[in-house]
Amino acid sequence: MISSKIRKQFVAIVGEENVLDSESSLLNYSYDATPGFQARPHCVLAPRNVFEVSEIVKICNANRIPIVPRGSGTNLSASTTPSKGGVVLLFKNMNEIIEIDEANLTMTVQPGVITQRIIEAAEAKGLFYPPDPGSVNISQIGGNISTNAGGLHGLKYGVTRDYVIGLQVVLPNGEIIETGGKLAKDVAGYDLTRLFVGAEGTLGVITGAVLKLIPKPEATKTMLVLFEDLETSAKAVSAIIENRIIPATLEFLDQATVRVVEDFAQIGLPTDAGAVLLIEQDGPKEIVDRDTERMAKICMETGAMDVQVAQTPEEAYELTSARRTALSALSRMKPTTILEDATVPRSKIAEMVGIINEIAKKYELTVCTFGHAGDGNLHPTCLTDARDTEEMERVDAAFKEIFEEAVRLGGTITGEHGVGEMKLPYLSLKAGEAGVEAMRNIKFALDPNAIMNPGKMFTAKQQR
Amino acid sequence: MQTRERKKIQQNFVAKMDYDELMNCTRCGFCLPSCPTYKETNQDEKHSPRGRIAIMKGVVDGLIEPDDEVKRSIDLCLGCRACETACPSGVNFGQLLEQARHAIYEVNNQSATEKVARTQVLNRFFMDQKEMVSAVNLLGIYQRTGIGKFAHSFGLMSMLPDTMATMEKVLPKAPTKRQMQNRPRYYEPIGKKTKKVAFFGGCLMDTLFLKTNESTTKLLQYAGCEIVVPEGQGCCGALHGHSGEVDQSKVLAKRNIEAFEKAGVDYIITNAGGCGAFLVDYGHLLRDEPEWKARAEAFSAKIQDITSILVDLDFHKQKLSLPRQIVTYQDSCHLRNGQKVSEQPRQLLRAIEGVEFVEMVGADSCCGSAGIYNLVESDMSMQILDKKMTHVKATDAKTIVTTNPGCLLQMKLGIEREGLSDKMDGVHIVDLLVEAYERANR
Repeated sequence: MISSKIRKQFVAIVGEENVLDSESSLLNYSYDATPGFQARPHCVLAPRNVFEVSEIVKICNANRIPIVPRGSGTNLSASTTPSKGGVVLLFKNMNEIIEIDEANLTMTVQPGVITQRIIEAAEAKGLFYPPDPGSVNISQIGGNISTNAGGLHGLKYGVTRDYVIGLQVVLPNGEIIETGGKLAKDVAGYDLTRLFVGAEGTLGVITGAVLKLIPKPEATKTMLVLFEDLETSAKAVSAIIENRIIPATLEFLDQATVRVVEDFAQIGLPTDAGAVLLIEQDGPKEIVDRDTERMAKICMETGAMDVQVAQTPEEAYELTSARRTALSALSRMKPTTILEDATVPRSKIAEMVGIINEIAKKYELTVCTFGHAGDGNLHPTCLTDARDTEEMERVDAAFKEIFEEAVRLGGTITGEHGVGEMKLPYLSLKAGEAGVEAMRNIKFALDPNAIMNPGKMFTAKQQR
Repeated sequence: MQTRERKKIQQNFVAKMDYDELMNCTRCGFCLPSCPTYKETNQDEKHSPRGRIAIMKGVVDGLIEPDDEVKRSIDLCLGCRACETACPSGVNFGQLLEQARHAIYEVNNQSATEKVARTQVLNRFFMDQKEMVSAVNLLGIYQRTGIGKFAHSFGLMSMLPDTMATMEKVLPKAPTKRQMQNRPRYYEPIGKKTKKVAFFGGCLMDTLFLKTNESTTKLLQYAGCEIVVPEGQGCCGALHGHSGEVDQSKVLAKRNIEAFEKAGVDYIITNAGGCGAFLVDYGHLLRDEPEWKARAEAFSAKIQDITSILVDLDFHKQKLSLPRQIVTYQDSCHLRNGQKVSEQPRQLLRAIEGVEFVEMVGADSCCGSAGIYNLVESDMSMQILDKKMTHVKATDAKTIVTTNPGCLLQMKLGIEREGLSDKMDGVHIVDLLVEAYERANR
């Protein structure tokens, strides 16, 4: 697919050291964090600036070579597996924070900046960049934007999309455009910024972003609440919100998860607890104190077994350990961990977890559920072994049912991971055939040769 | 690499790699920010733990051939195991690395320097403690007679690689042959007896670093321990294991197990993070030998680092004092990631009156010493060390404390390279603690 002539052109653009096409390199960029998906690219390129990206895209467009933009490869929906081969684009050479504008409260970044670095750079100026996906220590902002990554702060602060106010994008024809800007208001034409956020690299290559920052909350308080059953915890969540309190973090673990976590970490969680809520509030100190007190009271009144409020940062850290170790604890149980992100309106959480447990029983699978109770984003996590093909078929069938049920309850097939190749068969469940058709029309208007991350989001048949 | 060699290596991978462990990697990428070589190669996936596991699995599955680049990826790993601490799935990367190296090096394809280092050094001195005593004795003669100066003045040292030449400057003064041969085998507790322990002296530690071993037994005495130093013990086998010479490390492991079984103690104390981490893995090393497995596990269960037992015995509550100074600590990767001991050394240092403990940025990240890595992968090692030294300098520390001889020499090397030897020093924690205890209690 990539002739020696084209390779020479790539070398002329990015330099030999930024063209990787040895056997090991192609293998090393054949996967992301999604179990069961792997495909080798023909070449891996690490451009050094937007102009080099543009030149590469032009060559690929002229020669119908697929392009897969890739951050650190931590996504869970096979969004960055090069399923049609072609070129993988890396952004390790475009990893600068260009500017922190304290007058406009914005940060201008290149796509390869690690998310945690953005958070720390904002904090150093007394500012706050709230989106914190689980892979925050290694994920790149370009990947966060392309998958519209979420995290623990969704309920109160929203997700990546809510903090991207401007983008620089290389379109599939090689043109460089800039959308939005350091502006709170901008209605000049279609909102292309939002279109590219979460587009999973199917519409163009993100080469820069203007991020919105907010003042850093003055104080934070953490509490852990134990419940006998999931329904009671769901009632408590509803009661908190009905009392007009929006906590910064509102996370839950179901009983199966609690047992696995306790077994692994021995942090003193009662394994007869049916559900655990981790609640954090931030803001001015008086309000944080008041809200925490009220939430503790609401939880007790709803029927919580136990409420623990951290008095010191160390205690807060202790209380968050159950949630923090959930993934580790689950990952150690079985070789393959399939972490999904079906999402429902938060009023339907208890019902949905009940349904998930039924489905797990029906298909004889181990599924533990934890996630973001505040925004209804669940993480039903199946502990399995990819080598057991018979069980994997049951896993697929179970997740198909879980997605159908989530949509039936007014939810979605994916809250924060993306569609990628993995959930491509289910997109129409959520978007409807007409909705998918509308998306496809947008896609082909911008990318008529289908070079941008082909094989993602839409099925091959739909992709014409 | 020849086709024949590649074929043999591929077969070796199939035979030796623990496929279940390879499958345990979920490719989440959480290990990437912890990996020094991933960072130093500007995020080259093949020099990351996730990438290396993919390569190992790729070779086993026959997706790729074990070519020079595969070997490069496996060679360049420091084996620091920081990825294990970061891994949510608990993948034993250190074991996978040893299996891969065993698979490759058995076919005997190495660089010239490495070959010399391995055949000469590992197979001879480290296999036989008497040979080690003789070698260190020769070094001592060389140091004491001034042949060193002679060699320097004629620029003989400049014929060696830079690292090797500077390394020669930072080696401790070797003890005499008599001191090494007559090292005591039994120590009475000082004060009220608390525990009976055995001390694992090691090979280099019990010769070149004999003074540090003496400090260790002194501290144990001050903490009320009765100490035996069993005869017949020797090198732990870590350097062999990490270099893929598994058979030799098994020979050494068995020798040590036998030596300590006779001592009849509940604790075996080590003072070298690298050795300790290998000793606690003897159970794994000998897992396929039924007559040894249980004995190895029993041995491993008794291993405790000196800092860990000192804290258990409340040594940090004793009076300790030093002249006013800033002290920083460089973790031994294998103490931290292999034995999960990181808080105890810090606790002990903070307890010393006069010491202001300043944590350096990235103390938990490898210093680049990594066994013989700084000799065989000198360029990467020095790149890592130079970055480390910028973090050290930012603390304004007078003393850099370590808990492993390799790290100690590397930090001394760093001080030398920075031209700071007149205002900064690298020490093993036990030497500092003895000084602090004796100063406060004289």
